[in-house]
Amino acid sequence: MANFPTDLKYTKTHEWLRLEGDVATIGISDFAQGELSDIVYVEITAVGKTIKRDEPIGTIEAVKAVSDLFSPVSGQVIAANDLLKDSPANVNKDPYGEGWMAKIKVSDPSELKGLLDSAAYADLAAKSAHH
Amino acid sequence: MSKLTPFHDRHLAAGGKMVDFAGYDLPVQFHGIIPEHTRVRTTVGVFDVSHMGRIEVRGSGALAFINRMTTNDASKLAMNQAQYSVLCYPDGGIVDDLVVYRLPDCYFLVVNGANNAKDTAWLQEHLAGDVQMSNITDVQAQLAIQGPKAEAVMQKVCSIPLSPIGFYWAAACEVAGVKALVSRTGYTGEDGFEAYFPSTSALKVWDAIFEAGREFDIEPIGLGARDTLRMEMKMALYGNDIDKTTNPIEAGLSWVVALDKPEGFIGSDVLKKVEAEKPARRLVCLEMQDRSIARPHYPILAGLGHDPDSSTESGHVPRQVGAVTSGTLAPSLNKGIALGYVKRQFAKAGTEVQIDVRGRNAAAMIVKPPFYKHGSRK
Repeated sequence: MANFPTDLKYTKTHEWLRLEGDVATIGISDFAQGELSDIVYVEITAVGKTIKRDEPIGTIEAVKAVSDLFSPVSGQVIAANDLLKDSPANVNKDPYGEGWMAKIKVSDPSELKGLLDSAAYADLAAKSAHH
Repeated sequence: MSKLTPFHDRHLAAGGKMVDFAGYDLPVQFHGIIPEHTRVRTTVGVFDVSHMGRIEVRGSGALAFINRMTTNDASKLAMNQAQYSVLCYPDGGIVDDLVVYRLPDCYFLVVNGANNAKDTAWLQEHLAGDVQMSNITDVQAQLAIQGPKAEAVMQKVCSIPLSPIGFYWAAACEVAGVKALVSRTGYTGEDGFEAYFPSTSALKVWDAIFEAGREFDIEPIGLGARDTLRMEMKMALYGNDIDKTTNPIEAGLSWVVALDKPEGFIGSDVLKKVEAEKPARRLVCLEMQDRSIARPHYPILAGLGHDPDSSTESGHVPRQVGAVTSGTLAPSLNKGIALGYVKRQFAKAGTEVQIDVRGRNAAAMIVKPPFYKHGSRK
């Protein structure tokens, strides 16, 4: 069963966000990594750019499909997890730790109110699952 | 509601992630496409391919009928031999690809699951002479046991010696005491077998094969790895690389198109012309030169250098010379590979092209098939 830490916020598009000061670390949820499976390449294309909430900031290539990574908040993309270049499988192994994808300097902290908490996201994930 | 194969409970018990495929609830993967792929390349894995369509053809007119419907020459089949073949429309477009077996009591056709109803109707429509067809898909199970250890595993449960069975030959025997047809065939590039047996005894066979394979770490394999394994061998997938808009000549399947059959076959007039004039496009193997992965429908371009920005500087507009039909990361090679059609003049191995990967021009090279050259297939 997928695991959704209660100290994180989540999006309907299956990203997670951890806020420390005004910097949000983001990645994809345990449910999302399980659905994508076998992640082989993560590319954050928006490093340095200022982006709006829900804009794509990169792509996640799995063996069977590609998907976009959407930013849960507006702000500036200040870092990408370079270790994923050599170890993309970290997203599968440790989606909330070593598998983090990008850091965003948040421009409007009030946007976080629109994100899902762990329980609400677990509901959504259960409904999205095949079984 | 999807249909279930006789092995459905086994898939769930093994943690299969189930998806609808060809109208069946089938596992796309168990614990990961890459480890499952590697399992088949290194030891042995088992695919539930019970969704494939299975059709028996009988009667004194069976051979003539099959030879009229399929592109390969079924008259060349010896008893218990199998051949890969293609069903074509009159315009040369592909109805389906299939395997034709000549068995002691019938000709046996194995078609793609998603095309089973369409193929059956197409064949029915053209029935002529003393020919009886029966679709036995629902009463028969089919497993593919694939990998370098496949023979070692199957020998433990089969009633006859398997080593004399050559590639694309079959034999009737018992598997775990169940009457079965076993052939040395598959869709992976590895040595391996397919076994056909009654659905009612399906679990007995499954359990015996897994017991026999335990010493080789045998595992069930999902559709995801089935796709990456076949792609590394440039084996065409109906619906991706071949369909009614493509013909077998341009798809590189001339080796199963017997244009010299005296009576011809449906589509032969058009295919003769295509062969004589050479096809305008060809299905080719593409190897990505960076870490990008091409996906179906991505445009294949030519006329650009390696620098993705050179179009803006030189003013050259790359022109589209084709499109990708299948693409993946090749687990055995750890690089992106793709199949796609390109205009004939770009089809030569060594030709450099670009693939439009979501707006970015990624360098790719046409290479000779197969991508993976170390398969254990005999």
